[in-house]
Amino acid sequence: LLNLSQLIFCFRNEAKSFGRSDLIPSIKLRHCCLLRNQRCITAYLYDRLLRIRALRWEYGSVLPANVRFHMSAEEVQWFGQYKKSLASFMRSLGEGEGLDITQDIKPPKSLYIQVRCLKDHGEFEIEDGTVILLKKNSQHFLPRWKCEQLIRQGVLEHVVS
Amino acid sequence: MSTQSYFPVPPGVGMEENFLSLDDILLSHERLPVRTECSFPRLGFLERSSDAHDIPEGTKMELPLWLSKGLYERKRKVLSVDLPKVYKEGWRTVFTADPCVVDLHKMGPYYYGLGSQILHFDSPENSDIAQALLQTFIGRFRRTMDSSQNAYNEDTSALVERLDSLEKALFRSGQNGLNSFQSWEKGQASQLTASSLVLNYRKRKLADVQT
Repeated sequence: LLNLSQLIFCFRNEAKSFGRSDLIPSIKLRHCCLLRNQRCITAYLYDRLLRIRALRWEYGSVLPANVRFHMSAEEVQWFGQYKKSLASFMRSLGEGEGLDITQDIKPPKSLYIQVRCLKDHGEFEIEDGTVILLKKNSQHFLPRWKCEQLIRQGVLEHVVS
Repeated sequence: MSTQSYFPVPPGVGMEENFLSLDDILLSHERLPVRTECSFPRLGFLERSSDAHDIPEGTKMELPLWLSKGLYERKRKVLSVDLPKVYKEGWRTVFTADPCVVDLHKMGPYYYGLGSQILHFDSPENSDIAQALLQTFIGRFRRTMDSSQNAYNEDTSALVERLDSLEKALFRSGQNGLNSFQSWEKGQASQLTASSLVLNYRKRKLADVQT
């Protein structure tokens, strides 16, 4: 950005010193166009970052391969750094005990919830060691906090009677 | 993504645009009738109607807002910006007569936004324009708010089609509030849902398979 302004300044001075100050309006117009392109590009890239940030909250800390495929290397790096900042913030909550604020975004009503499986997801182990087979259309009664991420990812559906 | 985690940069309020707001970028794409007060050498190719090498002084053209704002200087050496007819005396009287009747979407979808930006060009009618914008907004607001709070689960296209983009945004927030309240009343507020990103991706995949 600094170089652009310096360049324009040089052009203006050169134009003046060569007696071509009549070119200045055209130079100014071209400068406006360059600034416009810069604004559009910056706004586009920034909007992408806002969406990528939302992914951490909506989807989880591991992005699906098809989304990562469409991200630039810098964006992947940015996501990694954002994840880290968020994680260290979460660890610092509750007097050093830590709190996962990406869970329970909607206030929970019960510890266990009824879920229906929307697609085959294989085996799923819960705390007491039991293994559940997540087959399409099967229904299960599972601890809420274990399911939250799978519901967000569209694997399970929360069944509310 | 219409979720609670994606917060796009909102448009600026009043005479200030937000640099990173996509809405403001679209707004500043709108064209204004302009008269050049100096010549622009070698830029004749921008003006399609003549084959001149330069744009002479006194040419009447339509330039987008972003270019007009960038070139405009108070001393009037470069451009003089004319008012689009929606902001002139004639239309202003129509608005004061009955603001609710006008189709603001047709009058340029960014009626309030563009009107606020036009104030940058030091027209002698500035204070009248500002008054007209304000009074029109006040006149229409009640109806927009009422309809957004009472149209539940129905096709709102008839209500929304005559609104300017600012009013549409207000209508949408009203609807969001109404829908959230209704879902809370039904006990659906505690139901966990899939991320809308996932849902949209699935829809797109199906569409690809079908074509």
